[in-house]
Amino acid sequence: MKKYTNTGNKDTRSGFGAGLAELGKANENVVALCADLTGSLKMDDFKNNHPERFFQIGIAEANMIGIASGMTIGGKIPFTGTFANFSTGRVYDQIRQSVAYAGKNVKICASHAGLTLGEDGATHQILEDLGLMKMLPGMTVINTCDYNQTKAATIAIAEYEGPIYLRFGRPKVANFTPEDQKFEIGKAVLLNEGNDVTIIATGHLVWEALIAAEKLEEKGISAEVINIHSIKPLDEAAILASVKKTGCVVTAEEHNIIGGLGESVARTLSLNNPAPQEFIGTNDTFGESGTPEQLMEKYGLNAEAIFAASEKVIKRK
Amino acid sequence: MPNTQQLEDFVSQVRRDILRQVHKVNSGHPGGSLGCAEFFTALYQEVMEHNSDFNMDGIGEDLFFLSNGHISPVFYSVLARSGYFPVEELNTFRLIDSRLQGHPTTHEGLPGVRTASGSLGQGMSVAIGAAQAKKLNNDSHLVYTLHGDGELQEGQNWEAIMYASAKKVDNLISTVDLNGQQIDGSTDDVLPMGSIKAKFEAFGWTVLEVKEGNNITKVIEGLNKAKSLTGKGKPVCILMTTMMGNGVDFMMHSHKWHGVAPNDEQLENALGQNPETLGDY
Repeated sequence: MKKYTNTGNKDTRSGFGAGLAELGKANENVVALCADLTGSLKMDDFKNNHPERFFQIGIAEANMIGIASGMTIGGKIPFTGTFANFSTGRVYDQIRQSVAYAGKNVKICASHAGLTLGEDGATHQILEDLGLMKMLPGMTVINTCDYNQTKAATIAIAEYEGPIYLRFGRPKVANFTPEDQKFEIGKAVLLNEGNDVTIIATGHLVWEALIAAEKLEEKGISAEVINIHSIKPLDEAAILASVKKTGCVVTAEEHNIIGGLGESVARTLSLNNPAPQEFIGTNDTFGESGTPEQLMEKYGLNAEAIFAASEKVIKRK
Repeated sequence: MPNTQQLEDFVSQVRRDILRQVHKVNSGHPGGSLGCAEFFTALYQEVMEHNSDFNMDGIGEDLFFLSNGHISPVFYSVLARSGYFPVEELNTFRLIDSRLQGHPTTHEGLPGVRTASGSLGQGMSVAIGAAQAKKLNNDSHLVYTLHGDGELQEGQNWEAIMYASAKKVDNLISTVDLNGQQIDGSTDDVLPMGSIKAKFEAFGWTVLEVKEGNNITKVIEGLNKAKSLTGKGKPVCILMTTMMGNGVDFMMHSHKWHGVAPNDEQLENALGQNPETLGDY
């Protein structure tokens, strides 16, 4: 079993900021828009080095999405930055009409997604954004797992023509993917090969899945771990190949199990190769205030929960 | 440049196109479309520098964004008769497999349309983005928009209006069609908005008024005046008073023709009031 090393906890939002800073130097068509959360989104480097290409919109997310759409007319590549809640639910119709339906090359970059936003509570902890965004025709949906991957994804999506939702978060989490990785939209990353169960995780749950796999190995269970950073398009071939081998699957995401990655995996399996599946995610509930660790424990989004779900799903084979 | 008679002939044909489009499919929005026939004609036949060999980025030309997308019949007619696509295609308005969707969109690749609109209140934001992109590209051309007056009840407009002046988006000319009507009745009955002029001025815009929005000469004068006021640090607003259903006597003075198509007899009556000048499609 492959071992992964945490090179030091870092926040994924800082990966976004670092990626955006590189894009600022490399691509003069990249513009950045922010709705009064420049510091939280780690956009200060871009703002300071490219002030003519940084647009402070104020607390007006609907206007920000519309302006971003308009900036594509003239060849700009806009990156919008605000919290995931205000990047999706608050502006759903603006994204639907002015970005997705209009087919505009806007990169909607969303921080503070999910429960790990922590103490601010449920008003800010969106757990429905992946579902909202994956339902939009033509929208690409990405949820990265660590600093390095978020930085690589930020740089990669500038090269892709079309609307993208890029989701990341606030807490400092393990940074374990390669610094020099090539980020391929729609391509699953096989982290560990195994035969007894497939664990498909996204975002902050990927590291937890690796911890769970280690614990499963101690009990003689061989777990295959797949990092799905692209919820849409989904790497169906990778999922089907793995589940054909293992015969069962656990999906893990910091999101409502209704509408998230798990349902996309279930649809893929039901159409091609039905198999037992357990869902790690929030169960049709809002979050609440607390530390990220407390919340992930209370709502069952950690290595222990993935471990237990794996044992359970193997019994259902 | 066309003379006034030629422009009026163009308007008459546009009115016929509007009526025939909505009649054929028994759906669509003739009232607001008819009220803006002069405005679209002025923009596309006289005021804007534009290229009917359509390119989405529109660098080196003026751009127009229709925010109140439901008046698509007038937009489609004027685009077709300005050379963006064959006028015969107006026959496909609102039909299955058509590029002429009920509300304008880029989705089917109709030349001349640069965004989707229909869900109200979004056009000004998009236009501001396009205007700021023009500045980044050192493109001195202008961005025009049209909005309904009822549409200003949508809050996103006011985010955009606030932003445009704060950020000195002075290559933007936004026209508000003051026809005083919306679906449920007059704007004063549905939600009185007070002085729209005072509101735009308070938000830092330069405001012009065109009291005769169905007089092609006055509309052109207003638009040219607005052009002369661009580049001075402020966005420019034109408050243009029009008559919903203008040019068809039984459609005027009422909100009832906002989204209702004429029947066969009504169409014949309406067309009789607007002579065929450029040839029906």
